[in-house]
Amino acid sequence: MPAESDGDPAHPADRARPLRNLWRFRPYLRPYAAQFCWLLAAALAGTGASLAVPLVVQRVVDGPIARHDPAGLVRLGGLALLLGLAEALLVFIRRWTQSSSSVGMEAAIRADVYAHLQRLPPGFHDRWQTGQLLSRVTNDLSVIRRFLSFGLLFLVLNLVTYAAVVVLLIRLHPALGALVAASAVPLFLISRRFGRYYHGASRRMQDQRGDVATLVEETAQGLRTMKAYGRGPELATRFGAGARALHDTGVAKGRLLARTSALFDLVPNLTLGVVLVAGATAAARGALTIGELVAFVSLQLMLTWPVQSLGWIIANGQEAATAADRIQEVLDIRPSIVDAPDAVALARPAVCGRLVFDRVSFHYPGAPTPVLREIDLTVEPGETLALVGATGTGKSTLLSLVPRLHEVTGGRITLDGHDLRELRLSSLRRLVGVAFEEPTLFSMSVWENLTLGRPDADEDDVRAALALAQADFVYKLPWGLATRVGEQGLTLSGGQRQRLALARAVLGRPALLVLDDPLSALDVHTEALVETALRRVLRDTTALLVVHRPSTVALADRVALLERGRITAIGTHSRLLADVPAYRAVLSAEPPTPSGAPTAPAAGPTTLHAGPATSGAGPATPYAGPTRPAAGPDERGLVLS
Amino acid sequence: MTAADATVRSPEDEPADEPVSRPGTTGRGTAGRPTRTAPDLDRWRGRATDPEADRSRAEEATPEALARLRARSRALLRDLLRPHRHRLGAAVGLLLAQNAAAMSGPYLVMLGIDRAIGPLRAGDSGPLVAIAGAFAAAALTEYAARRGFLALSARIGQAILLELRQRVYGHFLRLSVGFHERYTSGRMISRLTSDLDSIAELVDGGVDSLVLAALSILSVAGILLWLDPPLAAVTLLAFPFLFWLSRWFARASAGAYRRTREAVALLIVHFVESLRGIRAVQAYRREPRNQRIFAAVNDDYRRTSLHAFRLIATYSPGIKVIGNVTVAVVLGYGGTRVLGGGMEVGVLAAFLLYLRRFFEPMQELSQFYNSLQSATAALEKLAGVLDERPAVAEPARPTPLPAGPGRGAVEFRSVSFGYRADGPVLTGLDLTVPAGQTVALVGPTGAGKSTVAKLLARFHDPDAGTVHLDGVDLRDLADAELRRAVVLVTQENHLFSGSVAENIRFGRPGADDAAVRAAARAIGAHDFISALPDGYDTQVRRRGGRLSAGQRQLVAFARAFLADPRVLVLDEATSSLDVPTERLVQRALATVLRDRTALVIAHRLSTVETADRVLVLDGGRIVEDGPPDRLAGADGRYAALHRQWRDSLH
Ligand SMILES: Nc1ncnc2c1ncn2[C@@H]1O[C@H](COP(=O)(O)OP(=O)(O)OP(=O)(O)O)[C@@H](O)[C@H]1O
Ligand SMILES: Nc1ncnc2c1ncn2[C@@H]1O[C@H](COP(=O)(O)OP(=O)(O)OP(=O)(O)O)[C@@H](O)[C@H]1O
Ligand SMILES: [Mg+2]
Ligand SMILES: [Mg+2]
Repeated sequence: MPAESDGDPAHPADRARPLRNLWRFRPYLRPYAAQFCWLLAAALAGTGASLAVPLVVQRVVDGPIARHDPAGLVRLGGLALLLGLAEALLVFIRRWTQSSSSVGMEAAIRADVYAHLQRLPPGFHDRWQTGQLLSRVTNDLSVIRRFLSFGLLFLVLNLVTYAAVVVLLIRLHPALGALVAASAVPLFLISRRFGRYYHGASRRMQDQRGDVATLVEETAQGLRTMKAYGRGPELATRFGAGARALHDTGVAKGRLLARTSALFDLVPNLTLGVVLVAGATAAARGALTIGELVAFVSLQLMLTWPVQSLGWIIANGQEAATAADRIQEVLDIRPSIVDAPDAVALARPAVCGRLVFDRVSFHYPGAPTPVLREIDLTVEPGETLALVGATGTGKSTLLSLVPRLHEVTGGRITLDGHDLRELRLSSLRRLVGVAFEEPTLFSMSVWENLTLGRPDADEDDVRAALALAQADFVYKLPWGLATRVGEQGLTLSGGQRQRLALARAVLGRPALLVLDDPLSALDVHTEALVETALRRVLRDTTALLVVHRPSTVALADRVALLERGRITAIGTHSRLLADVPAYRAVLSAEPPTPSGAPTAPAAGPTTLHAGPATSGAGPATPYAGPTRPAAGPDERGLVLS
Repeated sequence: MTAADATVRSPEDEPADEPVSRPGTTGRGTAGRPTRTAPDLDRWRGRATDPEADRSRAEEATPEALARLRARSRALLRDLLRPHRHRLGAAVGLLLAQNAAAMSGPYLVMLGIDRAIGPLRAGDSGPLVAIAGAFAAAALTEYAARRGFLALSARIGQAILLELRQRVYGHFLRLSVGFHERYTSGRMISRLTSDLDSIAELVDGGVDSLVLAALSILSVAGILLWLDPPLAAVTLLAFPFLFWLSRWFARASAGAYRRTREAVALLIVHFVESLRGIRAVQAYRREPRNQRIFAAVNDDYRRTSLHAFRLIATYSPGIKVIGNVTVAVVLGYGGTRVLGGGMEVGVLAAFLLYLRRFFEPMQELSQFYNSLQSATAALEKLAGVLDERPAVAEPARPTPLPAGPGRGAVEFRSVSFGYRADGPVLTGLDLTVPAGQTVALVGPTGAGKSTVAKLLARFHDPDAGTVHLDGVDLRDLADAELRRAVVLVTQENHLFSGSVAENIRFGRPGADDAAVRAAARAIGAHDFISALPDGYDTQVRRRGGRLSAGQRQLVAFARAFLADPRVLVLDEATSSLDVPTERLVQRALATVLRDRTALVIAHRLSTVETADRVLVLDGGRIVEDGPPDRLAGADGRYAALHRQWRDSLH
């Protein structure tokens, strides 16, 4: 199973302007602009000093020593020493400033990418593998860092050296100089070709690196499943394929670089050979003195290193360019769920909690059919509405619309008359307490896990929430609330995880509770205890629950039946149980009569196709109270019949 | 407990809904911001219950342990290089050829100027042609040798990386669940990505510079000694300084790079985990605090890298200082000797020229040394992982399971087990399940039901006592055989990204499409799968995110069905299903698994009622045992549970 790659723009590589995305990082360099100037100056001065040292030494040998002048020896020797120290100092300054600016910039980009990723909606994260994202913020960023701290600098230095030497050569001997200058043409062509090929290889390698990271991440997460089935060898094979792809690209890249680097060696050498032949002929004809030829050749030899290193620099640059593409690809995705410009914040005390779904439709991006169709639903303040439906009918999807983890694609949801999209996201999410069907815990202290959304909660709040969720076991953990929970909460039992997640949802009395099958992992006894406690809270909190069990339905004032993306019936549990066969089929605890396999669309007098009329059918006042026990036997009778 | 509370509170956490900063602002803000204190980070993460958390056992902080780890990582490196020694030899040969050709170029030019121009004037172009030919040959040799060397060294390097990557990955797979719980997935990812990348950096560049530099230093040293021994002796005075400087750098950078590895691992842990739980992060507006934590670990990484980079930024110019001072000293000393008439000017000039060539490659060498240090730090981490012995190890000499159909008897003999030394979960558990029996395990949450299941699937080994399958201790069974015989559907099922069919086929990799479909049909998953846009080929995406919770459970169930083991352990495998679907699954269970042993953990007593036998687990012991109807009739725990459950149904 190859890791599904990015999903989105596979390779929008801007071929025409491969460096565009790299260039877009310049704001991150701006704080270091002054440093960069210093750096360049130090680098140039350092190069100057390193050239000057041998010259001075030569002068010492030719001058004072040859002339037996001890004072001159001391003077010029001292100068050589000073120049040598200055050279080292300049190198030191260059490297020192370079290191702080490059890692500073890297960290800044990384923090911004992370901030951006946190703003992107869950829909994005469903499609993008964490491994791909991870390789972008680690490996790709360090490639860019390396280019900005070394590659770029040497590119500038080498080009300057090249140009300077060529100018000197032309001044020394125009014809031969022009010949050397002409050698820039094949060099340019080779560079361009190489750059083009290398661009592709480098992108491929980075993508494959992300795929390998993804495979590792998946293995880590699916480790128990892997162990349970003993599929280690299969996973190792799969990983081996990924690693081998990376290896193959690496070898191909190496071969490409080898060919080009060798060519970058060959061209100056051949030029040198041509200069030698032409120069010797010219010297033989007397058009050039031998001294001039020697000087010319020595100077030309200085070109070898800058040209030779060009291969590495271009490779480095291309890698940085594709790395920049990969990062910008992520940064270019605009978060789809954001605050409207004039969004308002609602204060908790001002919220009554009337939640209305007004012809709400939703379909997942790319899915052919909508999951939810024209849902009309009203949850009155303080009311508890249970959502019932077969597996995969869209209950969880419906709940995720409330804290705007997904955005409705049609219709609107209002809270106390405000369209959710007109509320500040942070304000809305503060009002809503959510428990997902999978308790999402993080490997941090129990306290942090509980106060995820309410860092201001105090000890009493936490204690109350824990008591409600029957999660007092946390006090018995080795370090109490300071104990670190294992990754994904896996060092706790299933029921313990779920109770923690529930405690987190009810912590701080949110105005709106959205609970997705919150008691599925609890034993009957604990479930009853939690229900009793929860009922107290639910009395004055608007709540939307997804429920699979008849036992949990008892919490709800009214129940809505979701079928094929529509609400087909709303009413109290006993009414629906009595009148709606489809409801009975989904929820009754007893095996249905032999025929009852496909759930027929609900019909009948009490089936309410939602709409404003619903509020009349379901009493908004707490219902679960005294009438329930009395209704019991009747309902049983109904179901069994 | 209250003290613990106090320590977790982070007073500076303001409740305000601080908007997440816009791109282009956060980072630079954080980069300059004073680093946050370590205590806060500790508090946020909470206290690990295992003191060994966060590292492999080999990575203790004592100097001896560090030295041991270093030695081990060197041994690992040798081990990795050994299969390539012939190719390495060839690469060095090519490098020497290239170098010889490169050296001969300038020499031929000088030769041409000295020897060819004269004859040319005389009309004899022979020498020039000969030299030009030799020059062309040298250039082509250099081209070929360089190309060959670079390609070959890339091949060697990549092969080593591939081997290392697969070796470490394979080892991670062998390590026990307990190890992974301790080590965390983020750290595992960091080992296999970031650490390997820093080794790749060494492999990509560097090696040729090492060989060339060493080569030229040695040859130049020889020339220096030959030119003038006293001056060479003065030059040698530089060596103690070089040695001292290098030793300082080696020590300092080893620690610095080790810290960067740890810092980047923490960064990856936080990154991966927070993005994995992004729904909770966003629903609970955790972004600002996450961002602060990320900024802290990011800044930690920045600081540690900066420290390491500054070390090399000091070391490399330091070498330059030593070189340049030596040049000056030689100049002074040699100059005085020339003045005193003890030495020829020409010799001094030549000596000085060569001296420069002697120190120049030292720069490259220092670069290489730096990459080596960084790679070694990473290699140490990997060696630490490779050194970790699986706590749940495969037997050296496995016992085969007795052959024959209809087996699958399970026996727990006074099994005690705890995840921590001080907290036993199971104490002296005795349990015998005859082959073919369906046993339901019930009990309050946290009673240890999943623990029993995990022991049976040998995720852990018992602290005391033994678990047997058909009379064979699980510890004596080969892993492949055990997994064929026992399959556990865990409470937290996991789908791999890939298609639905691939996920079902995970249960039996050789199964054909018909078998996959049959398994899905048997448990009632076929209908929903066929309704998906691409049917069985629909991609389930990351962690099966494309499916609903119940659908995921169905796929996981179909997978177990396809595996068709002797013993099937179901840990809350139907908790997210709606009632009709659950019933369908149960019916399938009843028929298909009639002659299989099954251990079913469930809170829904509807599931339990179909079992042959019910066990009530509480406080790590079995407190009740018997057929469901008899227990329901008696006056015990199960009867109470059962009554409560019946009452709750309406
Ligand atoms: N990211 C997604 N992209 C496309 N389709 C999806 C996605 N997530 C879920 N679906 C589909 O949408 C439908 C509704 O899923 P949802 O999770 O809301 O179901 P549910 O009612 O909560 O089911 P369950 O009871 O099993 O939890 C399912 O058929 C599922 O396959
Ligand atoms: N990996 C682990 N590390 C440390 N402690 C653990 C680990 N797994 C479980 N525990 C602890 O061991 C005890 C038993 O857990 P177990 O998962 O067996 O319970 P359970 O009976 O399956 O409960 P549930 O019905 O809630 O799933 C619990 O107190 C739990 O906190
Ligand atoms: Mg759901
Ligand atoms: Mg469990």
